[in-house]
Amino acid sequence: METKRNKTILWGLVLIAAFSALSLGAEGIAEATGQTLLMTVLKKGTVYALLAVSMNLLNGFTGLFSLGQAGFMLIGAYTYAILTIPVAKRAGVYQYYDGGIVQFSIPETFSGVFGDLVGGVIGMVITLVICGLLAAFFGWLIGLPVLRLKSDYLAIATLGFAEIIRTFIQYESFAPLTNGSNTLRQYPTFKHLYPYVIIVGLCILGIVLLVNSTYGRAFKAIRDDEIAAEAMGINLAKHKMLSFIISSFFAGVGGGLLAMYMSSVQAKGFTVAMTYEILLMVVIGGIGSISGSIIASYLFIGCSEWWLRFLDDPGNNPGGLKLLAPGFRMVVFSIFIMIVVLFFRKGIMGEREFPDILRQRAKKTKKEAAGK
Amino acid sequence: MKKLFALLLTLAMVLSLAACGGNSGGSDGGSGSGASGSKVIKIGIYEPSSGNNGAGGKKEVLGIEYANTQVNTVTIGGEEYSIELVPVDNQSENDKGVSAAQQLVSSGVAVVLGSYGSGVSMAAAPVFEEAKIAAIGCSCTNPGVTLGNPYYFRVCYLDPFQGSVLANLAKDEFSAKTAYVFTELGDDYSVGLGEYFTQECGRLGIQVVADQNPQGNTDMSGFVNAAKSAGADVIFAPCSTTVASLLIDQAASAGIPLIAGDTWDDAVILQAASKAGTDVYFSTFYDEGASDAAAAFMDGFKSWLNANSDKLSNNGGSDTVSAVSALGYDAYMVAVEAIKAADSADSDAIAQALSGVTYTGVTGDVVFDDEGDVDKNIIFIKGVDTEKGEFYSVKEQGLAQ
Amino acid sequence: MVQILSTLLPGISVGGQYALIALGYTMVYGILRLINFAHGDIFTVAGFVMFYAVTAMPVQLAIPLTIAVTVLLGFTVERLAYKPLRSAPRMSVMISAIGVSYLLQNLMWYITGGQPQQYPVIPWISDSISVFGTETKRVTIITPILTIVLILALVTLIKKTRIGMAMRAASRDFETARLMGIKINSVISMTFVIGSFLAAVGSFLFFSNYSTVSPTVGTMPGLKAFVAAVFGGIGSIPGAVVGGFIIGICENIIRGLGYSTFSDAFTFALLIVVLFVKPTGLFGEKLEEKV
Repeated sequence: METKRNKTILWGLVLIAAFSALSLGAEGIAEATGQTLLMTVLKKGTVYALLAVSMNLLNGFTGLFSLGQAGFMLIGAYTYAILTIPVAKRAGVYQYYDGGIVQFSIPETFSGVFGDLVGGVIGMVITLVICGLLAAFFGWLIGLPVLRLKSDYLAIATLGFAEIIRTFIQYESFAPLTNGSNTLRQYPTFKHLYPYVIIVGLCILGIVLLVNSTYGRAFKAIRDDEIAAEAMGINLAKHKMLSFIISSFFAGVGGGLLAMYMSSVQAKGFTVAMTYEILLMVVIGGIGSISGSIIASYLFIGCSEWWLRFLDDPGNNPGGLKLLAPGFRMVVFSIFIMIVVLFFRKGIMGEREFPDILRQRAKKTKKEAAGK
Repeated sequence: MKKLFALLLTLAMVLSLAACGGNSGGSDGGSGSGASGSKVIKIGIYEPSSGNNGAGGKKEVLGIEYANTQVNTVTIGGEEYSIELVPVDNQSENDKGVSAAQQLVSSGVAVVLGSYGSGVSMAAAPVFEEAKIAAIGCSCTNPGVTLGNPYYFRVCYLDPFQGSVLANLAKDEFSAKTAYVFTELGDDYSVGLGEYFTQECGRLGIQVVADQNPQGNTDMSGFVNAAKSAGADVIFAPCSTTVASLLIDQAASAGIPLIAGDTWDDAVILQAASKAGTDVYFSTFYDEGASDAAAAFMDGFKSWLNANSDKLSNNGGSDTVSAVSALGYDAYMVAVEAIKAADSADSDAIAQALSGVTYTGVTGDVVFDDEGDVDKNIIFIKGVDTEKGEFYSVKEQGLAQ
Repeated sequence: MVQILSTLLPGISVGGQYALIALGYTMVYGILRLINFAHGDIFTVAGFVMFYAVTAMPVQLAIPLTIAVTVLLGFTVERLAYKPLRSAPRMSVMISAIGVSYLLQNLMWYITGGQPQQYPVIPWISDSISVFGTETKRVTIITPILTIVLILALVTLIKKTRIGMAMRAASRDFETARLMGIKINSVISMTFVIGSFLAAVGSFLFFSNYSTVSPTVGTMPGLKAFVAAVFGGIGSIPGAVVGGFIIGICENIIRGLGYSTFSDAFTFALLIVVLFVKPTGLFGEKLEEKV
């Protein structure tokens, strides 16, 4: 057991390192060819990979159908923005509220101790952890009542809580803290891709380890049969709560990263539609497959942001047809999603992980070799 | 088997799409040579053509397109470049706006014009700043757009000024004791202008009752009832034209006059107010009687619209000239001046040259200050003549005393 | 009096419209145990169909056409997106519903170019009238009356006709009903047809009052109608109606008090409270959890 876990950690770290190196390469290529959209897709895809995996932990591994992701992301995104806007810029951002009531910036505080670059990065990472912790705290609060509900009631209740969170953040009386419904901006962000890859990679590695631990097996038991799981001595309430809190934590971190990627954040955008998109990524990748979620996130973002763009350009219409127009891309895309949902219900990966497929292939070739 | 098929299908789709994406990407790489063989410089248009501000954004684009028909080449280093417009749709949404802005950066534009709506402009500002591309806002009036961003400029006046002028209007025209301020939740322009109006009301001794319309809500009766029971003499409603037409309808039945900001200079308001018979006053950027250039623009723009049915339908089907079209025209001309001054197709050089540009436009003089704002201190107040169904000039108002 | 009336009237009106949409949710949930997330979008489609129909024909023809198209859409969605998943886990069907909602929204966005459209004026019901000194549109008064009439008709249908009996049987016990020889697929199709019909009627009333149609306009009324259905007890027809009216009125009272920001959040807060205090809703029957 111990060795298997060490092996996972080792492989995970190697992969993270490899992808970070690759991302540096991709960045070089993007710069040289002027394909900045490649970077957009990779950055956004990386952030969404974490969001999709965190949702998969809940929906796919524990069988809790929650639609509250956008709410926890919102908490993360706002926490990040509020805690990192440089003090000097606060008057400009909180223009109607005299600079707001938060008069410090975590990265700046650390910059004072460790120097601009190192301190800044440490501060940003620490803020991301705070984002996650705060989201986890709210996850715990919401989980207390909500987790007693069953499937679709749980879905609609979590969806409701996400909307309530959004309302409170936009509420005028909290404006000195949240800037009301106005945009938060001018906070520090990572300019390069590799910090995103490293942070997201470490988070996902954490989730993989969790899923393969005793807790993970308990989660799956709950998903497969709640009553049997309870009979086996699994504490349902405790494990559901644990899964909910951990998923909220990573949604919060993901929200912080998303705020960084977007470089300005406003509560208005964090609607149910955002949760639906993440859910669809999970479904396309395969409910219950972490590597599936990761692959699907990049495909989803790639399609919606880049590859299908040509469908939106009326200039590309073949001979007289008026089919291609703004919005057509999303229609094609959603039809594709419906096909996956209806006919390939297991998604790209089903419940398997990437190493499973490699192992299977290795077995097959071995067998074939033996046959000969 | 099924799964294998699914995988193959996905893979095939992705590959074919990647190929397509690669192609379309290749065709618009950088400001190189165009199809005709002559050199091309690209100007990006970052405007909404869908969503709540879609109608207004389209009108701003029309002004830019009209300007492009007037001046479509620029000489850089002795060589003639033709100007190509690259439009994207920010869908009036901040999060969609960021991707749209990135798309512009990726297609290699030298300078960006837009957007209608302050929120989307603020959301995209960091993208342009990072890519070192100058953006010239046409009608985004919130101070936050240019503040602290050396790459964002604008050719219109600012909300603190507009808000105080409108508060004074409420006092002078309606001798208002109480004003109801209606803003749209999550819209930076709306909330900002409402805030500055309220501040000035405080100075003038007008009592303010305020409420915010949540996103997607179309039921305005509650707000109008609240205004009525608060005894409001006037409703101040800086909001999108979509919401405005709903509000005008309801306010008419309560008999409360409306004041609004620059977004209301639009044919939609004209129709709604004429139908409902409400008193409507708003501030705007442009009046055809203000100068010869303004009159000439109006004539030229109208005949251009009437010659082209597509353009006319983009203008809402009528040839009423919106102020945002005039601002779009001015922004384009300022961009061309900056390219000339920089004598370079490099976006950063153009951005540096912009701060030194002076230009006399159809909406007044354009001289940028340190923040990239222009010092325009005249606001045109217009009203709706509900009987004739047209706008009329109420007055020009300068800085409040 | 005028003050109270001017707050209550729009509340009752919008409540009636929620009630009509909520019936679609509650009937589908009663039989399939599915939250039909696409129902709010079907309601929006009805709005757009009306908008385009009026440009080509007189209103008298446009209204039946809109109803026909909406009903057909509801039927088609069920056949294409839900029927193939009849034996699949409930989560898959719910995801399919979300997918349909996503598809319909994107489709409407594409067709309309994403711009909000002005809903056509339906003569007579859009006229302004005065009720005890409060100016309002005639639709405000008509909505609750029409809602009640339609619901009485629906209740009669369910209580007195064969298909109604089949529906009741299917919602009581899906499998047994099937074993007893009830053609379950036609019962389900009928449910969707009725639900879509009511949504189309709801859309005439709703959009006559709040004259703008945009691709996402149906999401919020849809969710609120669902909450109304849960509030009244899911599966219960009078429950959905009472729930719709209560939510509509509460929402307008909150707006009247100047807390518009919270009007949506309140609906969800109400939902959560109901789920804990009385999960079966006001009129719901207690469902036994099967092991």
